[in-house]
Amino acid sequence: MSNDQRDFGFHTRSVHAGSRPDPNTGARALPIFQTSSYVFEDAESAAAYFNLQEYGNTYSRIMNPTVAAFEERLANLEGGAGAVAFASGLAAQSATFFTLLEPGDHVVASAALYGGSITQLKHLFRKLSIGLTFVDPDDMENWRAALTDHTKLLFAETIGNPGGNVLDIASVAALAHDNGMPLVVDNTFATPYLCRPMDWGADIVVHSATKFIGGHGTSIGGAVVDSGEFNWSNGRFPVIANPSPAYHGLAFHETFGKYGYLMKLRAETLRDLGAAMSPFNAFLFAQGLETLPLRMRQHVANALKVADFLSTHDKVRSVRHPGLPDSPYAGLVDTYLPRGAGAVFCFDLNGGRQAGREFIAALSLFSHLANVGDAKSLVIHPATTTHRQLSDDELSAAGIGPGTIRLSIGIEDAEDLIWDLDQGLAAVQAQGRYTD
Amino acid sequence: MRVEDYQDPTVIQAALNERRIAIVGLSSNELRPSHFVGYYMQRHGYQIVPVNPRETEVLDEASYPSLADVPEPVGVVDVFRDPAAVPAIAREAVAMGAKFLWLQYGVISEEGVGIALDSGMQVIVDRCMKVEHARYRGRMHWLGFNTEVISANRKPG
Ligand SMILES: Cc1ncc(COP(=O)(O)O)c(C=O)c1O
Repeated sequence: MSNDQRDFGFHTRSVHAGSRPDPNTGARALPIFQTSSYVFEDAESAAAYFNLQEYGNTYSRIMNPTVAAFEERLANLEGGAGAVAFASGLAAQSATFFTLLEPGDHVVASAALYGGSITQLKHLFRKLSIGLTFVDPDDMENWRAALTDHTKLLFAETIGNPGGNVLDIASVAALAHDNGMPLVVDNTFATPYLCRPMDWGADIVVHSATKFIGGHGTSIGGAVVDSGEFNWSNGRFPVIANPSPAYHGLAFHETFGKYGYLMKLRAETLRDLGAAMSPFNAFLFAQGLETLPLRMRQHVANALKVADFLSTHDKVRSVRHPGLPDSPYAGLVDTYLPRGAGAVFCFDLNGGRQAGREFIAALSLFSHLANVGDAKSLVIHPATTTHRQLSDDELSAAGIGPGTIRLSIGIEDAEDLIWDLDQGLAAVQAQGRYTD
Repeated sequence: MRVEDYQDPTVIQAALNERRIAIVGLSSNELRPSHFVGYYMQRHGYQIVPVNPRETEVLDEASYPSLADVPEPVGVVDVFRDPAAVPAIAREAVAMGAKFLWLQYGVISEEGVGIALDSGMQVIVDRCMKVEHARYRGRMHWLGFNTEVISANRKPG
């Protein structure tokens, strides 16, 4: 049996997909092609590359062999037709939307998204005259009720940041498809090791590679993966199906079939918006993917041990880890996240803002910063940092209490993490407004 | 019919070893998918034989009104036509001794596939010849597509 007929496992594909030995040098590690541009063989080849008649390198804002290796590896792990990398997760999201939407269109998005995504959608769509409705993602009825004749896509996170809402992907995908539109899922928190949204009907997956994919907190990056399964010629997406004025009349879906959306995303949107991933960052992300399954296993096992510890502590009011047996998302976790419900979650201290401040100040192994998905454990107190300007009432509308702490659990020894949290909790004096 | 049953990598790569390809429905319009495929295959050293009654010449090759008019044998018959036209094309492909019937994206005809198989042809369905060449022999990996190729062997540069 040849390699082409074997279904290789996830770990093998994490290490090999997208990167064969370099044909010119034999280099086994992925070479970093640190070049802005590429010499054409001849004029005919140059024309063929720009016309998309041949797969060729022209300019690194649009494609680069190191970036392509990362893209292919991620696409392979997600089970997609391909991927396009971007300079950040938010750049990947804006490019996804920009490719699909036109003024007058409407989007329904989960209200439980990463705060930066909420802000992005609100401001980007207002400027582009695109309608937007946020819904509580936990009830299918909310999604259904928000659809209009102009709705062109649904958007949510597999595991919400920071609330931990687990998306019922198959149900939301079915609703999207019944209404002739794609479901776009941000799979940053789950990674393809814990969940592959396309297996459940999602059409497009976006990532902030900055988090678990890179895995070491070194670089900002993002990517869009497309399943290639959505029928863009269903009459609702002339922007993909009709001859494109931005590419001398090329009809992307008809010409490139399942690769049509990706071709347009690269050849037009990446070209025009310009937020390309650097080759060096792509090298780090491809390297990160090699150990993704190993790291994720340790991340989720540690996170569950930490959540268990916190849920029995008397200074802790509640723990919102979707993997705990009493979580409202336990059923969805069984279905969509059997290997673990991620490693980022929130818990609430009894003592409010002051307790949060005291707790963080006493930690010595957790890093106090605004990121998640690092090999190192991270902590943040939203009420005194990212959400500092909000009143207690405004905080609770955002699902954040005055004593809410967000943890991103790393791959250290769980016992050491619990030791640090225990000493942090011991330092908390404040009782705050919660007395129960 | 399950199209996946007619997407065997071994059969696909054997078809790519042929050198002469009749492209049924090849258009001279540069923006048509058939032209993209014809141009690409010709660029990669294949001799293409246009079959289209509406054309006289495509990509500097004479176009024939039907497969039956093609004077020399071809290895692959690659089809860009309405699925309803495939059974007749399959019969002509059998008659001219072609080894592979290749049906492009969306060209799905159970009857046509049956005719070709019954006469010992090998069949590829709902795949693009350009994409498959690029996957196994070309540069599809340069644009971030999932080639699904996993190998630690060094390919010639
Ligand atoms: C779930 C989620 N999506 C998207 C982003 C945005 O990614 P980036 O910071 O790479 O633009 C973040 C960043 O925190 C995130 O947590």
